Amino acid sequence: MIPVFLLVIPLATGLGAFFFKDGKTVRAWALFSSLITLTGSIVGLTIFKDASYQEFHASWISSINTSFSVKLDGMGQILCLLTAVSFPLVFLSTWNSVYKKPNSFFGLMLLMQVGLMGVFLAMDALLFYFFWELALIPAYFLCSQWGGEQRIAVTFKFFIYTFTGSILMLVAIIYIYLQTPDHSFDITAFYNSAANGRAESWLFWMMFVAFAIKMPIWPLHTWQPDTYEQSPTAVTMILSGVMVKMGVLGMIRWLIPVLHISFYQWGDTVTTLAVTGMLYASLIAIQQDDLKRLVAYSSIAHIGLMCASLFAETHSGMQGVMIQMFNHGINIIGLWIVIELIERQFGTRKISQLGGLAQRSPAMAILLVVVALANIGLPLTNGFIGEFLMFNGIFASTVTKYYVVFTVLAGITIILAAVYTLNMIRKVFYGETNILTAPGYSLRFNETAALAIIVVLVFVIGVYPKLFLDITRETSEFILQKADVRTIFNK
Amino acid sequence: MNALILTAVFGVIMMFSSFMLKSKAAIRGLAVAGVAIVLIANILEMSGTVFFKIDTKGMIGFDRFALLFNTIVFVCTLVYFLLSAKDIEKVGINYSEYFSLIFFVLCGITLSSSFRSLLMLFLGIEIISIPLYILTGSDKRNLKSNEASLKYFLLGAFSTGLMLMGIAMIYGATGTFSTMVETKEAPTSALFISGMLLLMFSMAFKVSAAPFHFWTPDVYDGAPTVFTSFMATIVKVGAFIAFIRLFGDEFGNSQPQWQLLIALITAITLFIGNITAVFQQSVKRMLAYSSISQAGFIMLSIYAMNQDAKEGLLLYTAAYCLATIGIFAVLIKLKDYSFDGFNAFAKQQPLLAALTTIFLLSLAGIPLTAGFLSKFYMLKAAAATGKYLWLVIFAVLMAVVSVYYYFRVIQAMYFKDGDGQAIEVSPAFKLTLTLVAALIILLGIFPNLIINWLYF
Repeated sequence: MIPVFLLVIPLATGLGAFFFKDGKTVRAWALFSSLITLTGSIVGLTIFKDASYQEFHASWISSINTSFSVKLDGMGQILCLLTAVSFPLVFLSTWNSVYKKPNSFFGLMLLMQVGLMGVFLAMDALLFYFFWELALIPAYFLCSQWGGEQRIAVTFKFFIYTFTGSILMLVAIIYIYLQTPDHSFDITAFYNSAANGRAESWLFWMMFVAFAIKMPIWPLHTWQPDTYEQSPTAVTMILSGVMVKMGVLGMIRWLIPVLHISFYQWGDTVTTLAVTGMLYASLIAIQQDDLKRLVAYSSIAHIGLMCASLFAETHSGMQGVMIQMFNHGINIIGLWIVIELIERQFGTRKISQLGGLAQRSPAMAILLVVVALANIGLPLTNGFIGEFLMFNGIFASTVTKYYVVFTVLAGITIILAAVYTLNMIRKVFYGETNILTAPGYSLRFNETAALAIIVVLVFVIGVYPKLFLDITRETSEFILQKADVRTIFNK
Repeated sequence: MNALILTAVFGVIMMFSSFMLKSKAAIRGLAVAGVAIVLIANILEMSGTVFFKIDTKGMIGFDRFALLFNTIVFVCTLVYFLLSAKDIEKVGINYSEYFSLIFFVLCGITLSSSFRSLLMLFLGIEIISIPLYILTGSDKRNLKSNEASLKYFLLGAFSTGLMLMGIAMIYGATGTFSTMVETKEAPTSALFISGMLLLMFSMAFKVSAAPFHFWTPDVYDGAPTVFTSFMATIVKVGAFIAFIRLFGDEFGNSQPQWQLLIALITAITLFIGNITAVFQQSVKRMLAYSSISQAGFIMLSIYAMNQDAKEGLLLYTAAYCLATIGIFAVLIKLKDYSFDGFNAFAKQQPLLAALTTIFLLSLAGIPLTAGFLSKFYMLKAAAATGKYLWLVIFAVLMAVVSVYYYFRVIQAMYFKDGDGQAIEVSPAFKLTLTLVAALIILLGIFPNLIINWLYF
């Protein structure tokens, strides 16, 4: 019943939000709703652990064997928790932002949460596709209505990009469905679908494109920096923190175990793309003067590492991706919160125009530095755990001959990440203050609270990652076992 | 059989009502009641109550597929009347005659959904076409309307000629008009094949599949907008049912001979419809091209010709007709048909804008709307043939292109600045439109509401 709870609460409150008249009430309503969802997610992790609470099935379109089946597995737990944590953080940290038509804004935000939760929970391919698209529609309206100056064109590019990917995925889903033994959209049927060589490569690439656009993987990333820059920051937080995980989850749950031969066959190609993208994005990030674009490119680099690590097919790499999905979401939201504060206070995101913020607002500086260090992956922070596991995974990979090359090239991006992140901190927070930054900024309570929660999570996961790794261990092992091509040859 | 007789009877009744009934409201009420009665009679026939028992010597047969299709068509016509019947007043003075012609078209659709003989097919298609030539030209003082009517008539007559020629050749090859001949081997004589090709081309003309689509934009643009709405939806799917019947029954055995050709026609239709729609500046003309591109998607069902395809066609009929009728109903109320005419429409009419958005999302094929599932069934049907993966991929890529022009309207309504056109709509209109949108979403979640009727 927990999955249904996680879907129904945001759905009901989201639809309800449209009927509010008062901006302040609807804001409180949204925060309240997201807190209930968070409670539900935590309760599902701690109290109602029994399998019967973690899944729900209902018949849907029986004539084509598709059902409304949702289930929380380990990966689902982590990602639903991430979604449930992100929304209160977003609402809390942007409490002071003023939106025109606030009822539509918060309504759409909560509906987006439904879509995201659904993607993470769906255990039926058609249902998965439904939610996949449903998460996109509110995002489209949110970005187009409340974004920056070029929002309409940029958001449209984003929409067309992702829609192209997802509809290709739909074709792949239909073809795999036709190859399942009993013509069913259920995930277990998909895992048993008959693999057939040449067509499988096609299917693999069609699905890969859908997920790669969402993540995004170079060279399909071009929508991302523009969209992050033009969207309202609250939406950017969700897009970058949670929505990109749709792509990663899609790959882990729907691509790797289903089309494992192609997964093995094309592993090197994809890893090459991912590593190229990491280097490319890191180099561009160094050149950026705009804070939002810098974080956007840094996100491409981090996601690229996840992709490369997935295709290494090792337990360590898989676990690293699982925990890093959560970490990346939390960390990047922390970065966006600070950027939003800076932009609102000083009216600019240009690094060259800022400076010396640490003198006037030390609290903000400390909190940001912690998050930024986690972003680089310094020990004791959560980023270190994820990245260490992933690098370990790539290096230990047995499915590729080029594991040394991949590890070294990917490792370089860690250095580059330190370059652009520390450079940004140095220029924005240290050095001389100028006329613009002289007044400084003291954090409000809600902003401190949001950042403090993130910092606490950064350290908790950094010191005691077992808490999270235990949740996903079973899923990781299961996926790897399904993905192992040797099981097929032995059959 | 109920619907066939009743539509013809109501066609005649509506003609008489032009001098029997004085008020326009009464004429309108009679028309709405007429469609409702036809609809009920048709539903009764599905459950076995046949009012008229006529021996047609096997030339007409009402099976479940035909009856269910007719039911959907009548529901759509009812919706069309409820939304747009008032706007037909503005076309000209012959108010009740327009309804009469529409009833005759419905009669033709009923015939072409249930023919078992090529002669009945010809009759059905002609009964559909001739009233349409008149309706297209009904705005008598408008040159564009006249041009459209003449163009439609000349080209339509030409395609009718092709069809007759084809039927004659088929008769020559097989010696019968019946489409239900059970032969194991499909005839491969040159006579038969050329007859089949001629029929294919003339049907492609009627459903405005490329490269036989050139009449469509001009005719749809020139005709009074209320009738464009009718022609682009109900009439078009009426021609499609004849198409799928013909190729399923008569040419079912010779699928290998025509499948590639139909696949090519499908691809070209999708390409031309979508690409040209992108460049349109008027929403009405965009919808004309969109109807071509949607026809391309429906062509997939003829290409596939399996059980999925039949289910898909029914679902597509409902989804496409309801959404397009809804958009046209709103469009008719506007003065400016350009994309800019929709600027800031959401400020002026928040409810209508939201409903139009649902219709557009449905046409674009976004999940949770009937449009998605109908496209899904089409793709599934095409994929199930196990051939021509390229066609399926091409179709979805074209669906992406279609997003461009449908979303332009949404962008204009919600994100562009402007004053918005002031329009007056009655609460009843809003209510009906809301119900249509609700129906689209309902079918988008539970397509079984329609499909189950095919079997139970």
